[in-house]
Parts: sequence; structure tokens; C-alpha cells
Amino acid sequence: MALPPPDPQFVLRGTSAAVHTLHFSCAGQEPDIPVLFSGSESGFIHVWNLKTHRVDTALDGHGRKSVYCVETMGGKDRLLSQGRDQTICLWDLAEGRTSVTDSVFMEHVGFCRCSLLKVAQGRWLMAMAAKGLEEVQVLELPSKTSVCTLKPEVGAKLGMPMCLKLWQLNCGSQPLLLAGYEDGSVVLWNVTMGKALSQLVCHQEPVMSLDFDSEKAKGISGSSEKVLRIWSLNEQQNLQVHRTHELVNAGVSDITIRPDKKILATAGWDHRIRIFGWKKLKPLAVLDYHTATVHCVSFSDHRNPRQRLLAAGSKDHRISVWSIYNET
Amino acid sequence: EMLGVLVPQLTELTKSDCIWQRICWRLVERVPDRWMEAVVLGFVQRAPGADVLSRLLGNLVVKNKKAQFVVTQKMLLLQYGHTTAVLQNLLGYLSLDSLRRPLLLTVLQELLETWGSSSAVKHSPPEQQLYISKAILICLSHVKEPEVQSCRQELLTSMMEGVKCHLDSSLPQLRRLGMVVAESISSRINTEGPVLRFEYEEDDETRELKSLLVQTPPLCVVPSLADDDRSEKADAAQQLVPESNKKSQTALPVMEDEESDAELDSDDDLVPYDMSEDKELKMKAPVYIRGCIEVLTGSEDVDKWEATVKALESLVRRNPAATREVSVELAKILLHLEEKTCIEGFVELRQRAQVAVLTTDPIPVSKYLISQFYSLNYSLRQRMDILDVLVLAAQELSCPKFHGKTKDSGAPKPHIQLLPGSDSSKDWRRIVDERIKSKTRRFDMGRCHMELPSGPNKFNSVAGHFFFPLIQHFDRPLTTFDLLGEDHLVLGRLVHTLAVLMYLAVNTVAVTAMGKALLEFVWTLRFHTDSYVRQGLLSCVSSLLLSVPAQLLLTDMTEELLETQSWLGDVVEKDPDGDCRRLALQNLLLMENLKKKLEAVPS
Repeated sequence: MALPPPDPQFVLRGTSAAVHTLHFSCAGQEPDIPVLFSGSESGFIHVWNLKTHRVDTALDGHGRKSVYCVETMGGKDRLLSQGRDQTICLWDLAEGRTSVTDSVFMEHVGFCRCSLLKVAQGRWLMAMAAKGLEEVQVLELPSKTSVCTLKPEVGAKLGMPMCLKLWQLNCGSQPLLLAGYEDGSVVLWNVTMGKALSQLVCHQEPVMSLDFDSEKAKGISGSSEKVLRIWSLNEQQNLQVHRTHELVNAGVSDITIRPDKKILATAGWDHRIRIFGWKKLKPLAVLDYHTATVHCVSFSDHRNPRQRLLAAGSKDHRISVWSIYNET
Repeated sequence: EMLGVLVPQLTELTKSDCIWQRICWRLVERVPDRWMEAVVLGFVQRAPGADVLSRLLGNLVVKNKKAQFVVTQKMLLLQYGHTTAVLQNLLGYLSLDSLRRPLLLTVLQELLETWGSSSAVKHSPPEQQLYISKAILICLSHVKEPEVQSCRQELLTSMMEGVKCHLDSSLPQLRRLGMVVAESISSRINTEGPVLRFEYEEDDETRELKSLLVQTPPLCVVPSLADDDRSEKADAAQQLVPESNKKSQTALPVMEDEESDAELDSDDDLVPYDMSEDKELKMKAPVYIRGCIEVLTGSEDVDKWEATVKALESLVRRNPAATREVSVELAKILLHLEEKTCIEGFVELRQRAQVAVLTTDPIPVSKYLISQFYSLNYSLRQRMDILDVLVLAAQELSCPKFHGKTKDSGAPKPHIQLLPGSDSSKDWRRIVDERIKSKTRRFDMGRCHMELPSGPNKFNSVAGHFFFPLIQHFDRPLTTFDLLGEDHLVLGRLVHTLAVLMYLAVNTVAVTAMGKALLEFVWTLRFHTDSYVRQGLLSCVSSLLLSVPAQLLLTDMTEELLETQSWLGDVVEKDPDGDCRRLALQNLLLMENLKKKLEAVPS
């Protein structure tokens, strides 16, 4: 007899607005406090103390416009946030400061979350949607110089880029970008050369979210329809469909693979979080706690496997935090 | 006969030899006027192609007045029995020589004048209209660009007038013809820029018409041996085969995953949790009728609204008592309900809900609906929807059906959905035809092998309430709605509805009174110019003859029936519309059979 699904370990309340993005930063050594960053629709970034389950700081840097992406850049002292006021802010949070050190103005108005990749000590690449309708721009941070602009060919009709993921096979190899577009295709770009390597039509509806496992060269994408697609990258850098999974209800807003590549979580429009095994996409659990669309899911980066957490932020203003499949 | 032998010979001979051509021309020009028509007709019909015709006749049409009359006027405007190939020959012939081209343009203009005249559209038979449309399209395919430019203005004016008359017609075939021709003309006039485009369903006729616009190049003009001719023809035909459509290579190359992997499955140690609660998310609809009314009138929540619309019909059927309390209110809401979100099949859902309400509480709701039918400020579509709902409800009330079982319970009667836009008259004619067939058989057909479950005919008590108010006000015009004037489409639908209601009222108490009223109604409208209305009137007579018991027909309505019989005889002979004539004939047969039946039975 299968056990009933677990309850959340705890629930964070207090954002008083829909939660659009989450990011953990728990890899620090003691006495560093494990922290969860959340971006909400009211424009605030809340820094949650995971020991006290309360907000330590609230950052207001986006003029009360919705924040839809937060990422840390090497530790919890440097934060990057992206908001609907068309700015990407870089924060310095060391020693209790809360100041914006730099900002990048985005000419694109949209919901495409940017993607960060550390290429060298102190150097990052960031991919974001650019001014042109179908374009993606890659910048180098902190210098903010443009590395390239990835333009699909004329007549490709891909639509807006919906989600991005920068990755590289190992340190020092070429950075590559996977982009999911409005027409349902996923395109693999070579960032250094600025050209597309492969394109695959994954969905009939816009690709809402994607994630990629560079070790196994397999990725997964979800859209507003009922289907999750797993695709793989072969030696010729070509994308091929590997497997398809049909969900009970349509709509996936976020997908994320746990850092140990054993399980993945999807955030659904049907208020549920689904957990699957990554190897064969075996459905493992359906976590039904929220009462509105779940906008984002994120796994923590705890060094101790037993402490790992999964957080989900939803339109019902709550962040549920779960401890699941931590035995291994 | 003679030409049948002559033409092929001449074709061969004139192919290469100019002298033979001139001989042929001389021959034809010398034909006396009396026989010119027959000769020209014969040539046009037998020639295998326009170019051949050109070789055989030369410039006869220019030189001889009679020939010109036959070709340009008689064959195109006065006759309409010729095939498309003959039309192609004729018009192609006119276009092939510069001396004859002006004739082509005059022909086109005259054809367009006929096509565009409203009286022609109303009174000429559909076959003739099809013929003229084909001729216009073929002309258009031959006319060259500079010529189009020179008479652009006239083309445009005639097209606009013609389109208006055609779209006004109640017969869908004529409307489609008008649309196809107008589209073609517009595409020739405006070669760049926006082109007129109508939305209509493609069918064989429209496809055939459109194919006439494209002229296939004459197969093999080079004179050579007969065998070469044939092989060249085959080559040309192959070139005309449409290119195969290759789909672009963006389809998913799906790779089936191999189950027997050599990979170690370390997923096995992750034990899944119980996921039985994971079901489809269903938005809950309100459980009570009054709740539905609230949602439909006020609620902002579109999900709830959608769920309510989908659930309404079954709720109404399951709670008849509750529905009766609010039936008129519900009917009012449904009549004015507009699509808020994009639901599949919204129109059908709304109609089914309306029918459910009407069958649950027929008398007040029918009173309300019919009063709204004759009120101001409703669109034609809404008025026709009211008629459809009345018919569907009447059908449901008069046929015993199981409520609670699924719709397709295998009932022997064909379940005909009167969806808006469909030609409901055709479906009902089919039923009436079947009924007529079953009544005119002389020998016993044997029992129907499925016993219909019998139940009381609920339509009995309300048939009058449906019928008489509808027939009452048809001659009273309102500012926005004039049945006897412009809105003859709605009048046609009204007449068809009355025919159906009459048909369904068989064995009810009010049937004789209904029959009398209906006969009077038919009598006043019998000379209506719209053929759709006339078809409806004839269906009314059929329903009447089938529903009212024969004895009552003869005793109560003898005079009217005799008058009707003479009118029907008139229709059979003189009505331009083929369907009307057929229906009138059927009615006469029905009357004959009734008379014989009554004479056979000793009264």
C-alpha cells in the first residue's frame, strides 16, 4: 500500500502577494544561516531565514513591479533580480547591506527569466530576452558587455523566447544556450559562434519552462498543454525527442531538476506539485497543498543530503517547503 | 448526324492545310440563313476544342449577322442546356482572334447584366443561373489584362449589384454562386491589393466553377502524326498534375525508448507515494437552478460561468419543479445569453438548455418566446433561434423518449439536430417524404421490429399554444421587423416551422383547427416571390394532408381543398423552381391517395 503524500515541512507566509520566483542559498558553512530568496508580485524580494522561518529582510528595488527571477551569484551576498520594470538589479547583501550595486536595463518587456552561468572566477554569462521580438542577448557580468545576440533566421516564426538555460559541459568548454520559444520549439545555440545548432518542435503551445541535465545530455520541457517532453542531445549536437509524459491537468509553469539528478519537480497550473524520477520519468508523488496556481519550484543546495528541501511558491501568497526523498 | 461525319474529317484536313481551311470557311459562309442556326449549333457542339472551332468557322460570327446572334445571344442567354465543354468551345473561339475579341467583351458585359439583374435572380431557374455563372467565369479566364482595365468600372458596378441580389436570395445554392462569381471578378479587377473573399463551404459545384477560371493550354498545337498527338497530349496532361505537397520537416522524429536498457535502474529505490487523489481538476457548477441564474446574470468568474453553461441542461431536466418556478426568467436569460468565453459548442449548449426549459414548462415559456419573436429589437438570428427551439421542443414533446438515458439511446426515429445555419427544411422534407412513402404503399409493410415504448403525447395539450400565437401576427409589420417585406428569410423559416408543428400535431385534439388556420395562411401567401417561402408553404400543405384525419379533411375543408388542388396544379406546371414543382406534385399525389382511400372505405 502506498503511503499518502507527505505534508509540507513548513509553510512560509508573509509575502502578501503572489510568489513568482524562489532561490535557495544554503551551501554556506556554519554559522551561516540557510536562506531562501523569494520574489513576489508586489515588487519585494523577501529574504527568509530558514531557521526561524521568518523574513529577515525585504528588498525593494523594482518600483513595486513584479519580480519574476532571483538568482545568487556565488553565495548569498550577491543577488541578481529581474523585474517587470525592465531592470535587472545586482545587489550587495554582505554584512547586512541592502544596496543595488548595478543594474541592467532590458529593452524587452516580457516574462522570460534570465539565465546565469559562471564561466570563470568573477565572470558570469547572463542570457536574457533582447529588444527584437525573437532575439536573445548574452551579456557578460559584471562588465555588462554584450557577448552576442542570437537571432533566429528570418521567417522562422519562433515568437518570443519564453525560457532560457545557459550551460556548459564542464568548466572551460563552450557555453551553450537552450531556449524555449512561443511556438513550442526548443533551440540549442552556440553562444561563442552565435548560431543555432539544432531546433526541435516540442509542443503545440508555448514552452513555459525547461531544465537540462548536462551530464546525461537530457532535458525536459513543459508547456501550457498536458504534455511533458524529454529530449536528448546526441553527439552531433542534435536534439531528439526521448520520451513524452501526459499529465492529468494541463499547464506547467516551472520545472526543475534536483542537483543530484535523481528527481525533478514540476509546478502546475492545477495547484499541484508533481515529483518524478529523472531516469525514467516515473511519477513519484503529487503534492497537493496550494489553492492556486503554483508559479515556481526550487530545490535547495544543502551540502548535507538529509537536509535538502523543495520549495514551491504560489499565487495564493504562500511558499510551501517540503522534505522529500532525502534518504539517499 | 451529317455534321457528326463531317466535322472530324474537316478537323483533320484543316489542321495543316490553309486551303482546306478557306474551303471550309466558304462552305460555312454560304449556308442559307434558315439553316445557319442548326449548322452553327452543330459545329459548336461537335468541335473537340476552341481552336478547332476557330479553324472550322473562321470569322463567321463577324461576317454573318445570324451566326453572330446565335453564338452571342441565343446560346448564352436564351438557352441553358449546353454542357460546360460547349461553353468552353464557344467562348474560347471568340477569344482566339483579334477580330472576334470585341464580341467577347460585349458578351461578358451582357452576361454580367443578366447575372446582376434582381428579377433574373428571383425568377429564373437555378440551372440557368449556374449556366450563366459558368459562362462568366470562362469569359473571365479568357479576357486579358488591358481589356480588363478598360472596362474595369462597368465590371465593378455590375459585380456590386449582382452580389447584392444573389446574397438576398433565400436559396443557399444561389448565394454560393453569387459569392464565387463575385470573388472571381474581384480577383481579376484588383490584381494587387485586397481581394473580395467570402466564407462559404466548398463543395463540388464551387470547385468545378473555380476550375473554370484557369485555362489549360491547348494540348499540342504542332501538326504531326496522330500517334505523336496522343503522346503529346499525355505529356501535357501530366504536367498539369498538381505538385505533391511535401510537409516541412519540423515533425517530431520520435524515438521509441527501449525498455530493456543496460542501464542500472537506480530509480527503483525511490518509492512512489499514493497518487490516487490526483484527478482532473473540475470546476464545480452550482447545484441549484437559482444558483445558475445568479451565475449567468451577474458573476464575473468566467470559470464558473463556463461550468454553469455546460451543466445547465441536465440540471433543468433533473429538477422540473424548481425549473417551473423560474422558467420564464430562465428563458429570458438564455435568449439573451452571449458567449463570454470560448466554449466549444456554445450555441448547441444554449439551444439544448432552452429546449429543456421549454419542454419542462411549455405554456408560459412558449407564450414568452413567441411574444419576443414578434417584438422589437431582436436580431434576425435570435428570431430564427426561437423558431428552432420551438420545433425541437415540439419534437421532444410529441415523441416518447427516455429521460435520463443518454441521447443516442438508439431510438428508431432519426434524431435530427436543427443546428442554426443548417437547412432545416431539407431534413424535415426527408421525414415528410418517408411518411408519404409509408402512406402511399398499398401492401402491408409488416410491423416495425422495434416496439416503440408508448407514452402520452405531451404535445397534445400544448400544440395550440405553440401554433396559434405564431400564426397570429405575421402580417403586422414592426419598425425593425417586417415579415411580409424585407425579412422574407425569416418568413420562410416561420412557414417551415409551422409545417413541422402541423406535422407533429398528428392525433392531437386541436389538429383540425390548426389545419384550417394553416390552410388560410397558405392561401394568403401562395403567390410569394421567394421560392424558399413557397417551398415552405407546400410543406405546410403536405403536413396538413398527413396529419389531419381524412374524414375531417373532407367534411370540414372540402372547398378549401379543392381550391388548393387547382393551385397545386398551377404550381406543377408554371413554377420556375424545381423543388416547388416536385413538392406540389407530391401533394397532389397525397390528395389522390386520400380520395381513393376514402372511396374504398364505405363511409
